Amino acid sequence: MKKLLLGFITVIGLGQTAHAGMEDDPLLTMFVMDKFEVRNDDENTRVWEGSFWIGHDINKLYIYSTGEATAEGIESSQNELVYSRAIAPFWDLQAGLAYDENGDASQTWGEVAIAGLAPYYFETRAALLIGSGGNIGLRVDAEYEALLTQKLILTPSIEADFYTKDDSEMQLGSGLSSLEAGVRLRYEFVREFAPYIGIEWEKTFGNTRDYNAVDDTRAVFGVRFWF
Amino acid sequence: MGNEFFLNIDYTTVNLTGNRAVATTVNGQIAGPTLVWQEGETVTLHVTNHLKKSASIHWHGIILPPAMDGVPGISFNGIAPGETFTYRFKVQQHGTYWYHSHSGFQEQTGVYGAIVIKPKKREPFKVDKDYVVLLSDWSDEKPTTIYKKLKQMSDYYNFSQRTVGTFFSEVKKKGFSKAFSDRKMWNEMRMNDGDISDITGYTYTFLMNGQNPATQFKALFKKGEKIRLRFVNAAAMTFFDVRIPGLKMTVVAADGNHVKPVSIEEFRIGVAETYDVIVEPGSNKAYAIFAQSIDRSGYALGSLTPNKTLLAKAPQMDPVPRLTHRDMGMDMGSMDHGGGMKCSSGMKMDKKSMKKMKFAAMEAQQYPITKLPMKRGVQTTMMAMSPKYRLDDPGVGLRNNGRKVLTYADLKNRYSTRRDRKPDREIILHLTGNMERYMWSINGIRYADSKPLQFHYGERLRITFINDTMMNHPMHLHGMWSDLETGDDNHLVRKHTIIVQPGSKISYRVTVDAKGAWAYHCHLLYHMAGMFRKVVVA
Repeated sequence: MKKLLLGFITVIGLGQTAHAGMEDDPLLTMFVMDKFEVRNDDENTRVWEGSFWIGHDINKLYIYSTGEATAEGIESSQNELVYSRAIAPFWDLQAGLAYDENGDASQTWGEVAIAGLAPYYFETRAALLIGSGGNIGLRVDAEYEALLTQKLILTPSIEADFYTKDDSEMQLGSGLSSLEAGVRLRYEFVREFAPYIGIEWEKTFGNTRDYNAVDDTRAVFGVRFWF
Repeated sequence: MGNEFFLNIDYTTVNLTGNRAVATTVNGQIAGPTLVWQEGETVTLHVTNHLKKSASIHWHGIILPPAMDGVPGISFNGIAPGETFTYRFKVQQHGTYWYHSHSGFQEQTGVYGAIVIKPKKREPFKVDKDYVVLLSDWSDEKPTTIYKKLKQMSDYYNFSQRTVGTFFSEVKKKGFSKAFSDRKMWNEMRMNDGDISDITGYTYTFLMNGQNPATQFKALFKKGEKIRLRFVNAAAMTFFDVRIPGLKMTVVAADGNHVKPVSIEEFRIGVAETYDVIVEPGSNKAYAIFAQSIDRSGYALGSLTPNKTLLAKAPQMDPVPRLTHRDMGMDMGSMDHGGGMKCSSGMKMDKKSMKKMKFAAMEAQQYPITKLPMKRGVQTTMMAMSPKYRLDDPGVGLRNNGRKVLTYADLKNRYSTRRDRKPDREIILHLTGNMERYMWSINGIRYADSKPLQFHYGERLRITFINDTMMNHPMHLHGMWSDLETGDDNHLVRKHTIIVQPGSKISYRVTVDAKGAWAYHCHLLYHMAGMFRKVVVA
């Protein structure tokens, strides 16, 4: 892992030249906690979804993390470490590793993803995962920001997960495994800090439903912040 | 005033917003001192750098030897901390100019001031009073923080974006399918029609001679006097639309050079441009010198007043402008010129078609074109499909506003340029960018990846810019004049900074008479590092 990180950093550092007076493309970072919320269910599930990047205009290193926790601790999480390269005006191609946890079980994946801004301003990401046990997964999500005012923003989002194999330990079934759709209304006191309320609907399908039947609609309360 | 000047660049604590912040200043003040020179004399300027970082001063628009131009990495090595650099050169021109740091973001944090050069010969007009009106933008945020935020989220400072309500009101007006199809291209291209300024009044306080709108710059007059106002746009990022409600302004010089006087009510001044105007206040009241930012997020304000205690009130700002398909470089057919058919009295139509013919003549000019490297890729989100000469277009936010607004088509050299050489060859430069990722370039290649542009000593070069972005870019060539084609080859107007409107094209001619290495760039400070070329004249 350490070697891999060093490799990333070398790649990211390439192509930097000094400029007369000003740095055109400085090394920057960004941390975004897109969702940091409590869901109105029996266990008051806490959910996080965030990302961090370090890099330059074209080459970046990304960490993504999302998961659920209850009073007892973390229930499940999905984590990714990818090298990301801008390949088109609005699109990045990403490759790296993913690591999922579900209770005591875990799964490591190799990953290739495409992320960017689709026409009509849909923030989109599609990740193809190749599991150590031969399972192949596809996770697609999209999000749209509708400005009600300059500071009051409505964000519908959707995510769908697919797999090729059943994995009872990870509670993943083949075919369409789960769908999540939500809508959140946030108020940006400043760009960097916005509390929100919303509704989240989640459903599992097919064999996944046999491992873990979910069909819930819940209110959520949270805060979005970045720096 | 004089021939020898001592300028000290240092940190100074200022309070321009109600909060204290550290500025970088020349001789402890914002703006720096106005330097008054005499045409024909040699000036000596000792610039001492008291900062912890390398610094520099560039004399904007001044014709001088390349080693005196003050661009680190091109003209010299910059002025190291604690060092003094002595500039010395002969002043060969007259008019209104300015100076600023060419190092890092020092220009944003206060290293700028005006230059007034007295002419050798008497000027073709007389005035009773003469004031510099230097406009600038100030932020308490560090420029590196601003740049970082723009790279993280390029619309961070834009609080005039379209909302759901905007769309619904359009649906009400035009019906759903028309409203939707009008938005189609913008949505498909992921372009924002409210993307006027990258950095806005959200963080900027706009200054006039270093005064904010509350403290106000005051220019005194006596009724009946002729007052010359020397406007300088020393802002890092802000275009201003300037007017003095109740007064006509007569423009007599642009970028230091005399133009045929033209009477107007309002003008847009791009970053780094200068305009000299003459006004004749007719009553004993305070007139507002009102300079609203192009995106209407704020304004600089001063008073032209008979009495220091009598201050003018700011008029209302105009509505937030919206970019149109024209600004995307789309072909609008007969709708294209000067704002459509609405105001077409027969007279105007005639004038318009005449102008059109002139632009067609510009279009028809043919010179050998030297092809330059060009890339399309991550660096470019847009391409002007059908870029047009839009010299008579006052620009986004000023079209059909009921006032007489200056356009480049109104600018004519006071003196004949009939004998000027015709161009030997032409180069075409595309201004390119990726607003989403906040990257700027020329021909899709950022400065760091570019090769210098080769100009041949002694040639007359035609440069055509095509703006493949949705922003105005003020392009500045160091060391040589830019003779702008405005439709009348007998009176090419001489400038140092040329606004290239979004989606448009523009041409000018350069007599390549200065050997050496020169900078050539967009003067928007946060675009500059990428949208930059080194020019080598040999």
